[in-house]
This record gives sequence, structure tokens and C-alpha cells, in this order.
Amino acid sequence: MTITPVTIAFAIMAIFALGGGLGVVANRNLVHAALFLVLSLFGIAGLFVLLEAPFLAAVQVLVYVGAISVLITITIMVTRRIMGITETINRQWPVAAIAAALTLVTLGFVILSQFSGQMPVADVPPDTIARMGAAFASHQGYMLPFEVASVLLLAALIGAIVVARD
Amino acid sequence: MIPLHWYLLVAAGLFVLGLYGVLARRNAVAILMSIELMLNAVNINLVAFWRYLAPEALNGQVFAVFVFAVAAAEAAVGLALIISIYRNRQTVIAEDVNMLKW
Repeated sequence: MTITPVTIAFAIMAIFALGGGLGVVANRNLVHAALFLVLSLFGIAGLFVLLEAPFLAAVQVLVYVGAISVLITITIMVTRRIMGITETINRQWPVAAIAAALTLVTLGFVILSQFSGQMPVADVPPDTIARMGAAFASHQGYMLPFEVASVLLLAALIGAIVVARD
Repeated sequence: MIPLHWYLLVAAGLFVLGLYGVLARRNAVAILMSIELMLNAVNINLVAFWRYLAPEALNGQVFAVFVFAVAAAEAAVGLALIISIYRNRQTVIAEDVNMLKW
């Protein structure tokens, strides 16, 4: 396989994503885990850019890094325990590791047997984002799921306020 | 160009890391962070399949946008629940919230 700049960029973003993920599940300090989550989300945004979906990369940074990570960090700080460091993993971690390893082997087997070496079948049309914007507003497009998602977000907003109130 | 299975393997690795985090971590906020990792892995899968198999259709990207919206809503409500549990029980360790266990 030839090493092009795209390959190097993919390698860097994949290392950010997977390394950040490893930091999230393995770190004893919760604030460090939250920062590793931010690193992983930035890596995933880079992967979206490499996949020629720049709108999704922007949405990823705005929504995940900008809102959800901040929310997680605020929650970590609000629910801080005064006592010392406790265990970070529970008693069933060998079962979890075996289940995760089995899942990885199964997924890897399916991926490599079905999609090994698959290249893009076509180029991305240049007006994809404009067509997506028009589709979110048209009756034959995705207007109904868009409105339902708005109702879902309203319900989540009201629910979160009611649940977290004193 | 990068073959499709590299993206799918990265997404599978992220999903499996999130799965281990959900099952093995004690702190509820860490469990929620692992759930977000799994949702991001699904998003990578969706966008990779859209780009490599059907780039003229919009379904892949629109699906990913809706996954973003649902993940944000679920993260907000889940974290509000955790804050409420902390106020009432002074703990966020998942196995200490066991009043419904038999």
C-alpha cells in the first residue's frame, strides 16, 4: 500500500480516536477520562473530514465537543466525592473483557470477509450539503423526522430540567 | 485512497472499547462516556458506508445527523439523572444504586 498524505492523516486521526477511547475506559482520574473523550471526539471529526463529510465534522465539534463534553465535565465536577480514590473497575471486568474481545473478533471477521479492499464506487456530488438542507425542509424529504427530532429535543430539555431541579 | 475496511475496523475498535467501558467501569459518568464512544463508532460506520457505497444518496449523512440529535438528548437526560441520584444518595457508583435489586 502506498503511503500518501491521506494515509498519514488517517493514521493520525485513527490514533487520536482509538487512543482517546482507551484513555476513557482505562483512566483512574475521571477528569482525565473526560479530556481523553474530547481527544477521541476530535479524532472522529478528523475522520469525518477524510470521509468528505465536512458538515458532519462541524456538527461533531459543535455538538459533541462543544456541548456534550462540557456537560460531562460539569457533571463530574458536581458529583465529586470527598473521600479518596476508589476502584474504577468493578468485579465483573474479566467477563467484560472476554465479551469485548469476542465482539471484536466477530466484527473483525465480518468486516475483513465482506468489505476488504472496498474502494469508493463514485465521487461525492459537490452540492451534497445544499441538497441535504433542502431535503430537511421538503415533504418528500426528511421534514417529518426533523420535526420529530425537534419534539424529542424539547422533551429531553424539559425532562432534564425537571429531573435535575432541587 | 484508503480502503473501506480500515474505517470499519477503527469503528469496531471504538465500539468494543465503549462496550468494555460500559460493562466494567463503576462510575456512572464513566459509563455514560463509554456510551458516547459507542454512538460515535456507529456514526463513523454510517458515514463510511455512505461515502464508499452510496455517495449520491443522502440517507447516510441524514441518519448520522439524527444519531447526533438523539445522542445529545440522551446524554443530557442521563447526566441530569446522575446529578439527581447524587443529590439523594451521595454516590455515583452504579452498583451502590441497588434498591431495585433482588
